[in-house]
Amino acid sequence: MYKLLLCWRYLRTRWIALASVISVTLGVATMIVVNAVMAGFSYEMQTRIHGILSDLVFESHSLSGFQDPEWHMEEIRRAGGDDIVGMTPTVAVPAMLNFQVRGQWITRQVMFIGIDETTHAGVSDFGRYLQHPINRDQLSFDLRDGGYDTVDSQAGGTDPTRPALEGAGWPHRRMRVERERLWREKLEAERGANGDAAASTSETAGGSDGAVRSVDRQVDAVLAATAGGESSDDVPAARAADPFRQARPQEGTRMDPAREQFTGIVPGIGLASFRDSSGIDRFLVLPGDDVKVTFPTAGTPPKAVSDTFTIVDFYESKMSEYDSNFVFVPIAALQRMRGMIDPQSGLASVNSIQIKLREGADLNQVRDRLRKAFPADLYAVATWRDKQGPLLAAVDMEMAVLNILLFLIIAVAGFGILAIFFMIVVEKTRDIGILKSLGAQASGIAGIFLGYGLFLGLVGAGAGLALGLAIALNINTIRAGVEWCTGERVFDPSIYYFFHIPTIVDPTTVTWIVAGAVGIAVASSVLPALRAARLHPVEALRHE
Amino acid sequence: MSSAILERTASAAVAAAKPSLLAVHGLRKSYRSGDRLLEVLRGVDFHLAPAEFVSVIGQSGSGKSTLLHLIGLLDAADAGSVSLADRRIDDLPSRQRDRLRNTELGMVFQAYHLLPELSAIENVLAPLMVRHGVFSWLKVRVAARRRAMDLLEQFGLGERLHHKPRQLSGGEMQRVAIARALVGSPRLLLADEPTGNLDAETGAGILDVLCGLNRSEGLSIVLVTHDPLIARRADRIVRLAAGRVETA
Repeated sequence: MYKLLLCWRYLRTRWIALASVISVTLGVATMIVVNAVMAGFSYEMQTRIHGILSDLVFESHSLSGFQDPEWHMEEIRRAGGDDIVGMTPTVAVPAMLNFQVRGQWITRQVMFIGIDETTHAGVSDFGRYLQHPINRDQLSFDLRDGGYDTVDSQAGGTDPTRPALEGAGWPHRRMRVERERLWREKLEAERGANGDAAASTSETAGGSDGAVRSVDRQVDAVLAATAGGESSDDVPAARAADPFRQARPQEGTRMDPAREQFTGIVPGIGLASFRDSSGIDRFLVLPGDDVKVTFPTAGTPPKAVSDTFTIVDFYESKMSEYDSNFVFVPIAALQRMRGMIDPQSGLASVNSIQIKLREGADLNQVRDRLRKAFPADLYAVATWRDKQGPLLAAVDMEMAVLNILLFLIIAVAGFGILAIFFMIVVEKTRDIGILKSLGAQASGIAGIFLGYGLFLGLVGAGAGLALGLAIALNINTIRAGVEWCTGERVFDPSIYYFFHIPTIVDPTTVTWIVAGAVGIAVASSVLPALRAARLHPVEALRHE
Repeated sequence: MSSAILERTASAAVAAAKPSLLAVHGLRKSYRSGDRLLEVLRGVDFHLAPAEFVSVIGQSGSGKSTLLHLIGLLDAADAGSVSLADRRIDDLPSRQRDRLRNTELGMVFQAYHLLPELSAIENVLAPLMVRHGVFSWLKVRVAARRRAMDLLEQFGLGERLHHKPRQLSGGEMQRVAIARALVGSPRLLLADEPTGNLDAETGAGILDVLCGLNRSEGLSIVLVTHDPLIARRADRIVRLAAGRVETA
């Protein structure tokens, strides 16, 4: 009984011991906050990566891909069995995206990905990342008549951070065409006034469509060349069998850009916009604008071809690596333009097949089954984790190192407790002698100081727990407060692409942190407690 | 005066044959300080009858405090034995010695040795708290408090139950210490210069308390002092010199 009483009295009369525990508190709070934020970021990152990549990716080593995706999908289903719930073919090639901003051509390197709009959203979260509400349900590569989100649908806010998307779609396209027409008329009027010949008018007017058609013809020429000698032998026959001819009935006719569009594409939002310091997204191009894309054909050696496309939506996964790199296009159009359709058999080629597994299926096991079923020198099978393995491993490593460092802080606090406890034992030497003269056992004396350490550990870790949870759960309020006080942006959404700092408080981690801190406090009171227990009663009583 | 003391000392040898509460035989104790071996006790024989009040007197450094520590089991002797009620107690395992110290012995020191964090009544209750664990303490708590309060009231401290030691005078502190020594109903009280830090009048009051306890409750007391005047209050005086009981 005396142990409890004395423990309590020593606590109440020695606030300095509580000071040593403040470092335990701070250490525990820091660990909880850092773990919560790291787990939040890691979770966001993983969902985003997984949202873009399907569970399994079955791909060819070659950019030209493999023929007959239907046969491959059947084989995959046979090998994968019931675990496979969805598949979609894709074609991915490196490409150059070109668009005009204020008369300047801007060129960007992109990954041009042909997707099947009917099945693609079924294997990944692709649909969720689009900016038009109807496209999020079912993507269509046809331009929408307005209605794009001006509020970031993923940020959960209510402030319209994308006012530019207000009039995007057909209204924007019609306005642009009208503006170009007026500009052309003005130009012509000036030329007429200057007495210039109208000979060059058609070329100038074709800035957005006429010139593009010539590029299309260039594509056809290249495709004809890649198809081999047959086309030159029997030109009309090849023409008749040419699927591109049928796919583009408008070929050679003039189109009205105010009512028609080119093949739709969905570029990543990072390619077409930037976020200013106030959190507003500024757009270089909008849905409804036309862009040019240059990409290699499937032949050997590949040749670069270009075509014009109309932006119909933006893709925003919040992973800047993807958002500033991916451009999605209908797979059939890309296969046609790259010459991936065999003119004889009509079989198309694809680069890869995205596979979705049923909930709870073992990714690695299915991957290994598929690897066994297909020759490894032709096909690569990888899970989404494999694809982002280095990144995920780096994040895990970062978290582990950070935890070790932070735990060392608590260990340092442990030495503080050790020092203060030694001082308290020295100070209390006479009391220890008195207790021994009253018949207290050595284990009981040790118990006083161990209990003291345990109590301090509990107080420190408990306060740290409360502080850490309070910070972790209100981190965005705190951030806002700090920003208000200092006028500096602590968490700039234009860098992170998150509007809020994501946090996940994992109860297991928190339990381990608290248990570790209490353990350290008790462990550092063991030596002083042993010293107290071993004091010689007579010498202790004589101690002044 | 000296002849009277000698007479009493001689009678101690006669008392050895009687049934004794405490018996000390051939007790030796030496301390090593550097290369020198300091022999403090060189074979002390000493008896105490039940309900007897004995003073141990000697110059400072004569080993009287060491003798008390050995009897109180706070230190281990180099040779010899200590027996309580014809049972040897100095060679018991440490847990049993702790237990014995708690139940059979009460100690009072010159410097009071109260625990500064505890109030007067808590100090008195300390030996009982040491004796009982948390749960059995809850059972005996009320009775223990009653006894502690009775003792403090008996010593005239009824008004000062909840004062901390630093709020008490020397005499009050010593009376609290005596109450603490008695609360566990020990068979033997060991007092080490209990009046050493007190003025003559207060010291006399403390001695009155001890004598009263000896007479009214039959408490056996060993009192160590260097002051012959104080020693004379006891039934018998044992004189220590050069580490031995000085015989006549």
